[in-house]
Amino acid sequence: MAIIPNPHKTTGFLGWIDDRFPATKLWKDHLSEYYAPKNFNFWYYFGSLALLVLVNQLLTGIFLTMQYKPGAETAFDSVQYIMRDVSWGWLIRYLHATGASAFFLVVYMHMFRGLLYGSHRKPRELVWIFGALIFLALMAEAFCGYVLPWGNMSYWGAEVIISLFGTIPYVGDALQTWIQGDFNPADATLNRLFSLHVVALPFVLVGLVVAHLIALHEVGSNNPDGIEIKKNKDPVTHIPLDGIPFHPYYTVKDIVGVTVFLIIFSAVIFFAPDGGGYVLEKPNYIPANPQVTPEEITPAWYFGVFYAMLRAVPSFAGTQIWGVIVMFGAVVVLFFLPWLDRSPVKSIRYKGPMFKILVVLFAIDFIILNYLGMHKPSPERTLVARIGTLYYFFFFLGMPIYSKLGSTKPEPQRVTA
Amino acid sequence: MRLVTNRGVGGIVLAGVALLLTSLLLAPAAYAEEEINPLPFEASTGNTASLQRGARDYMAYCSGCHSLKYLRYSRMGQDLGISDELLKQNLIFGAAKVGDPVLTAMPAQSEQWFGRIPPDLSLETKARGADWVYSYLMGFYLDSSRPLGVNNLYLPGVSMPAVLGELQGWQVKVEPAKGSAPAEDELPLKLVQAGSMTPEEYKAFVTDLTNFLTYTAEPVQQERVSTGWHVIFYLVFLLLPLTYLLKKEFWRDVH
Repeated sequence: MAIIPNPHKTTGFLGWIDDRFPATKLWKDHLSEYYAPKNFNFWYYFGSLALLVLVNQLLTGIFLTMQYKPGAETAFDSVQYIMRDVSWGWLIRYLHATGASAFFLVVYMHMFRGLLYGSHRKPRELVWIFGALIFLALMAEAFCGYVLPWGNMSYWGAEVIISLFGTIPYVGDALQTWIQGDFNPADATLNRLFSLHVVALPFVLVGLVVAHLIALHEVGSNNPDGIEIKKNKDPVTHIPLDGIPFHPYYTVKDIVGVTVFLIIFSAVIFFAPDGGGYVLEKPNYIPANPQVTPEEITPAWYFGVFYAMLRAVPSFAGTQIWGVIVMFGAVVVLFFLPWLDRSPVKSIRYKGPMFKILVVLFAIDFIILNYLGMHKPSPERTLVARIGTLYYFFFFLGMPIYSKLGSTKPEPQRVTA
Repeated sequence: MRLVTNRGVGGIVLAGVALLLTSLLLAPAAYAEEEINPLPFEASTGNTASLQRGARDYMAYCSGCHSLKYLRYSRMGQDLGISDELLKQNLIFGAAKVGDPVLTAMPAQSEQWFGRIPPDLSLETKARGADWVYSYLMGFYLDSSRPLGVNNLYLPGVSMPAVLGELQGWQVKVEPAKGSAPAEDELPLKLVQAGSMTPEEYKAFVTDLTNFLTYTAEPVQQERVSTGWHVIFYLVFLLLPLTYLLKKEFWRDVH
């Protein structure tokens, strides 16, 4: 079907635009005539919040880049310059640093929402996959950004993460040196991570977010009941009976969510910008020093789960690559979720008690692994991390079997309030 | 029923996490290192008089060796209410100008004198915590096994001489009595030779210094907190009611 110019037949100035660019069509398709289920609950705020935090990171990032000086000799000093001599530099930097933590928090909630209500199920597989790609890009973006202040934890964090590539057999060492551009994380490393952080990865991230939204609007939003609102349309208008236009209904609703979010976000920025040592860690107030290893190399809190898995897997056959594979696998397995889930119903509301127990255990497991990743290992903790890692994979890989077992409740025809 | 389920999920998650984390926190107690906890100390950067005294004492006792390279004299003057004249007369030694950062004349060969170059202290309270800095300054004791005759509870093998010893007096380490747990604000140290200050005066002196270093680690702190109250006030009392009512109004026809 060919593109029809100005399908809504606007006139005047807007008509002139619409004859040449689908302004009205885009507005209607994605906002004022995008029909979303009317029964979104608390969990549905996190999508728009993720978008808000993305915009926050892009805008504050632009201003930070104007003052920050990449380079092993200049980076640390320039961060202090921003904190002390640049007008409102401290605020912009705290917004950006806290924003990174907030990004992961809202994204984790957003992903868990999908898991609860089956938002990854047919026909939303690509929405989920674009989302998983966003998560992957976000991890890379966060890692690069973490290194930029060139504090001691930045340095040793870079050392640990880049050395993961060094575990690859035969080519590992050469690959690690190639990535670093040196034999240790150094000036060259910092500059290339800066380039990735401010140019390459934001491009990828924004592109994926656009794809995520286009895919979502093509198939329509899921809802807490996990039923398709498009099955019940008004016979005359063809508008889903349980749908309401995203704008203005969800725009005004999401603004309330944004306000509550901003209250919490501002409280951290203004009253506890170090986030108790979790947003800005103590060792990162010491400049990078290749001679002095921090007492304990811990990842940023949002990577705790993955770091715990990395450490939980013992080395075998003289290589530590197994931990890397397991850690990477923990992200890769997310991509297969749409096909692992074989439950006859989408939403947790109509699933049997087994899934409810397993998903609660999964949430607990996730939080415990995260805790373990951020704290010193001990024999007991390593054991717990191993059990936790096994459960993480059981939850996903056992899903084709257990999601078919057990009782389910009948889904309703229409969404419930 | 459905609502119950959803709330139930959150509740069970929280309870389970609390239970497991508690057990995790308790289990590894046996692995805790024999590390002495810092004394309880709450830094106050709102007390300008304390910061001024801290600045004076820092310049007199510390600045000979330790720079504050991220702090300009002029910024300090502005924030602490010290005029340029007073800065020049009392706090700036040497040829530095008011717009210059607080540097030292310590030559690179000082590494041979002390074992390391005295570190810059601009961010020390952020890197180690204000309570650590306070405790460190309280924690010097005589130890004949060390080249300078002193050691520190919080930095064993410390390279710094006990510069403040003449003020604090000289302490020796004592073994805490068995069975009786020491009070948390008491160190296992005993004063054997009084200094020029009483223990109370010395505590106040170290408090001022630590407050000042907490200020230097983040000069904007006071402004940050006061801006924060404005922002929170605006969000809670203006934006939140407004957006909430807007939402209610728009959603009146959704059933």
